[in-house]
Amino acid sequence: MAYSEKVIDHYNNPRNVGTLDKAKSNVGTGLVGAPECGDVMRLQIEVDQNNVITDAKFKTFGCGSAIASSSLATEWLKGKSIDQALEIDNMDIVEELALPPVKIHCSVLAEDAIKSAINDYRVKNGMDPIELPKSHH
Amino acid sequence: MIQLPIYLDNNATTPMDPRVLEAMLPYFNEKFGNAASRNHPFGWAAEEGVDYAREQISKLINCSEKEIIFTSGATESNNLAIKGVFEMYAAKGNHIITATTEHKAVLDTCAHLEKLGATITYLEVKADGLIDLNELSNAITDKTILVSIMYGNNEIGVIQPMKEIAAITRSKGVLLHTDATQTVGKIPVDVEADGIDLLSFTAHKMYGPKGVGALYVRRKNPRVKVTAQMDGGGHERGMRSGTLNVPGIVGFGKACEIAMQDMEKDTIRLSAMRDRLEKSLVELEEAYINGNTEHRLPHVTNISFKYVEGEGLMMAMKDLAVSSGSACTSASLEPSYVLKSLGLNDDLAHSSIRFGLGRFTTDEEIDYAIECTKKAVTKLRDMSPLWEMFKDGIDLDAVEWAEH
Repeated sequence: MAYSEKVIDHYNNPRNVGTLDKAKSNVGTGLVGAPECGDVMRLQIEVDQNNVITDAKFKTFGCGSAIASSSLATEWLKGKSIDQALEIDNMDIVEELALPPVKIHCSVLAEDAIKSAINDYRVKNGMDPIELPKSHH
Repeated sequence: MIQLPIYLDNNATTPMDPRVLEAMLPYFNEKFGNAASRNHPFGWAAEEGVDYAREQISKLINCSEKEIIFTSGATESNNLAIKGVFEMYAAKGNHIITATTEHKAVLDTCAHLEKLGATITYLEVKADGLIDLNELSNAITDKTILVSIMYGNNEIGVIQPMKEIAAITRSKGVLLHTDATQTVGKIPVDVEADGIDLLSFTAHKMYGPKGVGALYVRRKNPRVKVTAQMDGGGHERGMRSGTLNVPGIVGFGKACEIAMQDMEKDTIRLSAMRDRLEKSLVELEEAYINGNTEHRLPHVTNISFKYVEGEGLMMAMKDLAVSSGSACTSASLEPSYVLKSLGLNDDLAHSSIRFGLGRFTTDEEIDYAIECTKKAVTKLRDMSPLWEMFKDGIDLDAVEWAEH
């Protein structure tokens, strides 16, 4: 299967690979997927007092499209408020990376990772977790 | 200077040997006749080419040329063998025994026959990929008509103990078919010494052309017959109708002749390169060879690099043409059933890479492959949350994953 140029670019030059200190109260961590399924994403956000995401990091076990989806997600997260970040839809990722139908689950996983990281942050900071839509994959 | 990309997927197919191409060329235009045209020189020339190829092919597996039935490839040979025996021996029984690590051409054929009333036993393999001979022996009933066990496995290269299997089938009066697609031309295969009754093989896995294969059907002790699966002109002793693919068959013959000449030399060279590749790669932490390493084809290795995903890894090795048992390489999202049959966890199956060396692989290419693979695994592990967790001493089996 041929990959789109954008997938290849993110894969060859992944943005924001790394680890934030998950013990810090202003860091939210989302770990989604499972090794048996061949995809695990860990996405982390660092948030300032105004609930704006100042940094985002990821590590992903998965195919090129999964790596590209998480790399793109970290780029999009920086500078957004945690409420704005919730609006990132997996289909935006599909469109941006031109993912084929068999790779849509990679974008879904990235969306789940974003929401899971935000919830981790919210709970740590005394907010109610937002309700996640029932996993659709 | 080595040329990129490097082809290390010789279990998928092989490039044609230039000597094979040369032998085939006259049969496209000069000697274009139909081998079944018995009444003019055009037909005779084609028939002569086919007869000579039949000789070259039968020598390689030590059978009579009358026992070779030409087909379009190993998938058709497997279909013809299994369905043909099922129909021909219906009066004797309806039970067929095979193994879980067989190629889909065997498994799906068996599944098809199940719908038509066959009973199929799928033998599990041991962790090294070999079948358990006692289990085979115990599985045979008075309704058993066929045992179909592959010779060398396409994904891991494991070679089943064909002589021992044949001793069991012989003693119980059951026919033995083997899918030897990956094996013929690579290691000595002798249908007499091995005791095989039906054997499927194909040209394109041994530096011959695609689209031509054969089924060996034993004529003596016992005389085996299969019901034709294609109706028509009654070619190939009535077992496979259809005008013969003369250039393909000539090429197949030449490929067998070369394989016979070069086998020893190729085996020594390929297994040395394979071993060097393998030894270097398992120097990486958490890298595991899949399948038995003693009873194995000389040119293949299958390695799982834990904590990286196969397709992602292949993308980082873009100058190497290899294959992976990762689900992402197929639309099914299921990782390799062969590796799962060995008892590998899904995550290890997802992390596997198959390297298939061939006659034209060079030492320089192996050097490159080692360096490229090591770099790619390291790069992907630096990006892998699982690797980080493993390094932090977290037991990944104890983690509650958000399954999706």
